Amino acid sequence: MLEVKDLHAYYGKSHILNGVDLSIGEGEVVSLLGRNGVGRSTTVKAIMGEVPPRGSIRFRGEQIAGLPNHRIARKGLGYVPESRDVFPTLTVRENLELGVKNTRRPGKWKVPQFLDMFPNLARRADAPAGVLSGGEKQMLTISRTLMGDPALIMIDEPTEGLAPLIVKQIGELIAEIAAAGVSILLVEQKLSIAMDISHRVLVMGHGRIVFEGTPAALRGDQTVRGEWLEV
Amino acid sequence: MLEVIVFSTLNGLLYGLLLFMLSSGLTLIFSMMGVLNFAHASFYMLGAYFAYALGLHIGFWPALFLAPLLVAVLGAVVERFGLRRVHENGHVAELLFTFGLAYVIDETVHLLWGSIPVSYSAPEALRAPLFSLFGTDYSIYRGVTMMIAILMFVALWFLLKKTRVGLMIRAALTHGAMVGHLGHNVPRLFMGVFAFGCGLAALAGVIGGPLLSTEPGMAQSLGPVVFVVVVVGGMGSLSGAFYASLLIGLVQTFFVALDVSIGDLLNGLGFAVDPYGEVTGITLASIAPMTPFILLVLILIFRPRGLMGELEP
Repeated sequence: MLEVKDLHAYYGKSHILNGVDLSIGEGEVVSLLGRNGVGRSTTVKAIMGEVPPRGSIRFRGEQIAGLPNHRIARKGLGYVPESRDVFPTLTVRENLELGVKNTRRPGKWKVPQFLDMFPNLARRADAPAGVLSGGEKQMLTISRTLMGDPALIMIDEPTEGLAPLIVKQIGELIAEIAAAGVSILLVEQKLSIAMDISHRVLVMGHGRIVFEGTPAALRGDQTVRGEWLEV
Repeated sequence: MLEVIVFSTLNGLLYGLLLFMLSSGLTLIFSMMGVLNFAHASFYMLGAYFAYALGLHIGFWPALFLAPLLVAVLGAVVERFGLRRVHENGHVAELLFTFGLAYVIDETVHLLWGSIPVSYSAPEALRAPLFSLFGTDYSIYRGVTMMIAILMFVALWFLLKKTRVGLMIRAALTHGAMVGHLGHNVPRLFMGVFAFGCGLAALAGVIGGPLLSTEPGMAQSLGPVVFVVVVVGGMGSLSGAFYASLLIGLVQTFFVALDVSIGDLLNGLGFAVDPYGEVTGITLASIAPMTPFILLVLILIFRPRGLMGELEP
């Protein structure tokens, strides 16, 4: 479904991505792991064109490298940035409605479904989203992107800075997305979530993929974990 | 005295609404695109001149609708083929681009229509009094412009609060890139907002031209006041721009209307000063043009985010 080959990206003169190769299949859940600053967020940003990409990015066979972000999104690629970016002056409901790309062709996800799933969002459905807590904002942004009916959703650090109970809820949401047949690229630092729900894990180091395998294989590979993950 | 209060309030409101027509577009463009459009008041002037030139051929009313549309199209072209390219080189380049554009428009107006005011005025029938109060007439034209300004305000509110495009605009005010990630064409939205803002400015010119004066200096005389409105209201705040427009409109109009000097004011407060002295003899009317800028300076010192703003100026 998504095929990235020899992806490079730069911030000014510093070379952040150094030839990233990765692929995600139909309905597959893949986690991108690694320490801070190794280029995990930059990888998803480059795929969305937020950082100018160099290299090949194919989505369902089409080259999408360097397209404007709305055209990439309309091809079925959803992106939830690390910064969460809820629209603070819009209500929770309006935030969700804005996730729909074409009101004449609504997708399989509906507003009431998310309000049922997250009672906290339902309680504040008509309040400005700026008042939500960090965890609620995260649930809102993931739900909002799902409203656009993506075939693949890339979620950057969804659990960062959140309480364990909320982390558990987000884990459940991600499992539900996977169960609906949506492919997922999850950028995470918390090994436990990634290990539980992923079909495959990728480990990044110095702007490249340094390990690729099943969660079980990563568990067994003390060298990779010691060198690239554990602090 | 009551007469002065009633008419100054009406005129101040009208002037304030005209200011809001200009400042609402300017503040939307600024907060969505980060562009401080120095040419904004030039589009206002173009509105008045286009309406004047078209009016000679097709009459006042058709021109009133057509001129803002033409200016909006011109705004779209400027955004699509000018600003969007300049944008890649950052905000300073954009600022300089609009600065240059303002001069190009102003000089073009000089070339085409000369440097003296043109005789753009309301049709004879509209200059008749709508009502008379205390022996002073209030013309039908003033009533009509007030109505157009209020209609515009309601339409703008409806567009922003009740439509899907309005939802996108309000979302893009805070997180433009995210709106794009959700699959909405943000560059096209920018072009639309820029064109709409230029069209609103032109509408202010079209209805304000006959009230004020349609001359090549009109952009430069109103432009700075519009910037003051945006800063005083709070950069990026539409409601702030609304309150600041009315505030400045009313204050300026009342200062002009009141036949009072600084000395009179001080004496009224219990000080005993010479009402005809060099400083104390200055009338409020002669301070009126300065009031917006006094307000600007005070706001920047004491409330830098403006009346309603959240962004830093």
